[in-house]
Amino acid sequence: MTLPVFGRLPLSALLGLLIVTATAALFLFGPMLAPFGQEEVLGTPFADPSAGHLLGLDQNGRDMLSRLLYGARMSVGVSLAAVVISFCIGVPLGFLAALNGGWPDLIGARLIDVIMSIPVLISALVVLQALGSSLPVLIGTIALLDSTRVFRLSRVVAQGIVVMEYAEVARLRGEGLWWMLRREILPNALPPLMAEFGMRFCFTFLFVAGLSYLGLGVQPPFADWGGMVRDNQQGILYGLYAPLFPAGAIALVTIGVNLVVDWALAGRTTVQGENR
Amino acid sequence: MSHVLEIRDLRVEAPNGAVLLHGVSLDLNPGEVLGLIGESGAGKSTIGLASMGYGRGGCRITGGEIRLVGTEMREASRPTREALRGTRIAYVAQSAAAAFNPAMRLDTQILEVPLLHGLMPEAEARAWMLELFRALQLPDPEHFGARYPHQVSGGQLQRAMIAMAMAGKPDILVLDEPTTALDVTTQIEVLALLREVIRRYGTAALYITHDLAVIAQIADRLMVLRHGREVETGPTAALLEAPQQDYTRALVSERRESLGAVSGAHHRTGKALLSVEKVTASYGQTPVLHDVSLTLKRGETLAVVGESGSGKSTLARLVSGLLPPRAGSVAFDGTSLPPRFRDRSPAQLRRIQLVYQLPDVALNPRQSVGEAIGRPLALFRGLRGKALADEVARLLEQIGLPADFAARLPSALSGGQKQRVCIARALAAEPELMICDEVTSALDPLVAEEILRLLRKLQDELGMTYLFITHDLSVVQRLADRVMVMQKGRVVETGETAALFADPQDPYTRRLLDAVPQLRTDWLDEVMAAR
Repeated sequence: MTLPVFGRLPLSALLGLLIVTATAALFLFGPMLAPFGQEEVLGTPFADPSAGHLLGLDQNGRDMLSRLLYGARMSVGVSLAAVVISFCIGVPLGFLAALNGGWPDLIGARLIDVIMSIPVLISALVVLQALGSSLPVLIGTIALLDSTRVFRLSRVVAQGIVVMEYAEVARLRGEGLWWMLRREILPNALPPLMAEFGMRFCFTFLFVAGLSYLGLGVQPPFADWGGMVRDNQQGILYGLYAPLFPAGAIALVTIGVNLVVDWALAGRTTVQGENR
Repeated sequence: MSHVLEIRDLRVEAPNGAVLLHGVSLDLNPGEVLGLIGESGAGKSTIGLASMGYGRGGCRITGGEIRLVGTEMREASRPTREALRGTRIAYVAQSAAAAFNPAMRLDTQILEVPLLHGLMPEAEARAWMLELFRALQLPDPEHFGARYPHQVSGGQLQRAMIAMAMAGKPDILVLDEPTTALDVTTQIEVLALLREVIRRYGTAALYITHDLAVIAQIADRLMVLRHGREVETGPTAALLEAPQQDYTRALVSERRESLGAVSGAHHRTGKALLSVEKVTASYGQTPVLHDVSLTLKRGETLAVVGESGSGKSTLARLVSGLLPPRAGSVAFDGTSLPPRFRDRSPAQLRRIQLVYQLPDVALNPRQSVGEAIGRPLALFRGLRGKALADEVARLLEQIGLPADFAARLPSALSGGQKQRVCIARALAAEPELMICDEVTSALDPLVAEEILRLLRKLQDELGMTYLFITHDLSVVQRLADRVMVMQKGRVVETGETAALFADPQDPYTRRLLDAVPQLRTDWLDEVMAAR
């Protein structure tokens, strides 16, 4: 897709791009920028911010800033990988189901309903318990579970496009599967899918946090932002800053990603061939 | 007597700064009907809404005065304006189906205005509603109000909407294309009743439409608009007899020609290109076609005519293979066609092309004009690179668009241009039969006229065969060699166009022909008198 020209960027888009760029930089270089190691215990737990430790210390007395920088790679990496994989699985299957319809569609959709009726956390717990919580298993599990939601959305969006007359024209022309998916459905399904991508990316942060809390997510001593919120949450009770920093980081990335998505979608938010 | 509505130098701007109205002025006398006529984008509806002090979708009134029964609407406070809406001025929209709340009974919605504004006690409002129902000849007026919108027909719902607008006994009705969405036979009933009600209660009206023949029956004066400016204004009869401006002349002559001229019938004697034998079809359990047969000779135009629900579009889907028939067969150029398009060979698919009613949804919004036209060229004729680009340019020239349009996306085209691109896309496959499904009904009259000319030109140059599906009999008269009239999935009558128009055999055909509005101010009176 072609993005609008960079010249006249609205302020919100600029802000979003700034945040996303910064996040990408942290993902790549975060651990190198960290002043301390992520496992180093440097002082009393929950120490207030000071000149040496700009964001203070966490519940175990480790440097908050350094852990945030290390955590960027883990959190963003896991979320991004999981979401990309879930879209790679869910989108093509959803489109295919919508395009071909009939029994395979019906069975597939109902099967997905069954999977979705089980709470995600429980499904994830079972799989992770059985296979052990290594990083690939973690990513794979989240991706598979998330792909059910992506499948549903893609299927519904594509169903709206398949009945459009331009899609009918293409079918009457005898177009093959690849052309239908790639040229007729995908470009018109992009807006809602991209919005979903932004949302899923952010939800995954929190989901990983939930798993970490139960000891099945990112394993200590590795830092991840969601896990840090959980670990530091009792600090809230004492009016401490500690849990605010990782939570703020998640919020900031969420806002940044969504600002960029909104901007990329601006002017093309009309779905399903509404040209007017 | 003073005017009920005075508009002076009205300017309205869209949120993006585009000027929709460049200083339009008008006066409306009590009990007078002023017709606002023009193509889409002329600013007709904008005037209608602005007269209520309202701008749609963020449009702002940026200049001029709107004086409604003595109140300056632009200066009036919001409560004052809201108190006037519904009580002194009321609005009737094009689509009653979209304007009624489907979850509320009709009477609740109709009584809302008089009760909400405290105009009259409920018993009186109810009696007034009943009187309106009777005046509008709604069936079983005592119980009509207890129905829900989906329980009444389209024509009845449109009449209920007129009752809703009249419920507050307004001085002015703003009628925005109130009969455009209806079938011809329904349209004339609604039109006659609407005129009757307006006259009986002395209500003034702004009547907005693009159909000159319809407005000629009801308006005292006409105002012709184009691109947000007034073209000319005058008494209806005088303006139709002697239009002063070129644009008005074009509108009038398009309409006259469309009703007068009989197409120079081609009388092809060649072999049958398409023959449909006794087909029966249904959607699920609902039968839509019964025993329909037709033959179409090469180079001939057959028009399939009927009202909505007659099965004419289903016939198009059946021939193109989108809906397999329950019984019967379709043969093309002497060989039988597989019922499903999936089972047809690429050559069979290529030889039959479809052009749709709504070019907006018939073009993929993410494919440029060049891609849309180029794809059939690449697929059916194997063209690549320069040869492909040259052929796209040639096709664009053939349909009357500049070659640089190839790079444009559909959103950068007007409705008429989009329809041309759809035709070019069909032509690119070098078809022998083109199925045109209501190709002009979504277009403005002058644009539709150009599309018809293009189709006729293509027929002369390429010997194209058309299966032309339409509800517009004036189109039929100009384009078709033969006509097939359908009603409720059955063929009612088939014949040569001229003969069928001159001497219709079936009563339904006669009713359909009589219902086409004609550009004479006394047409409606004649038709109603003849009943």
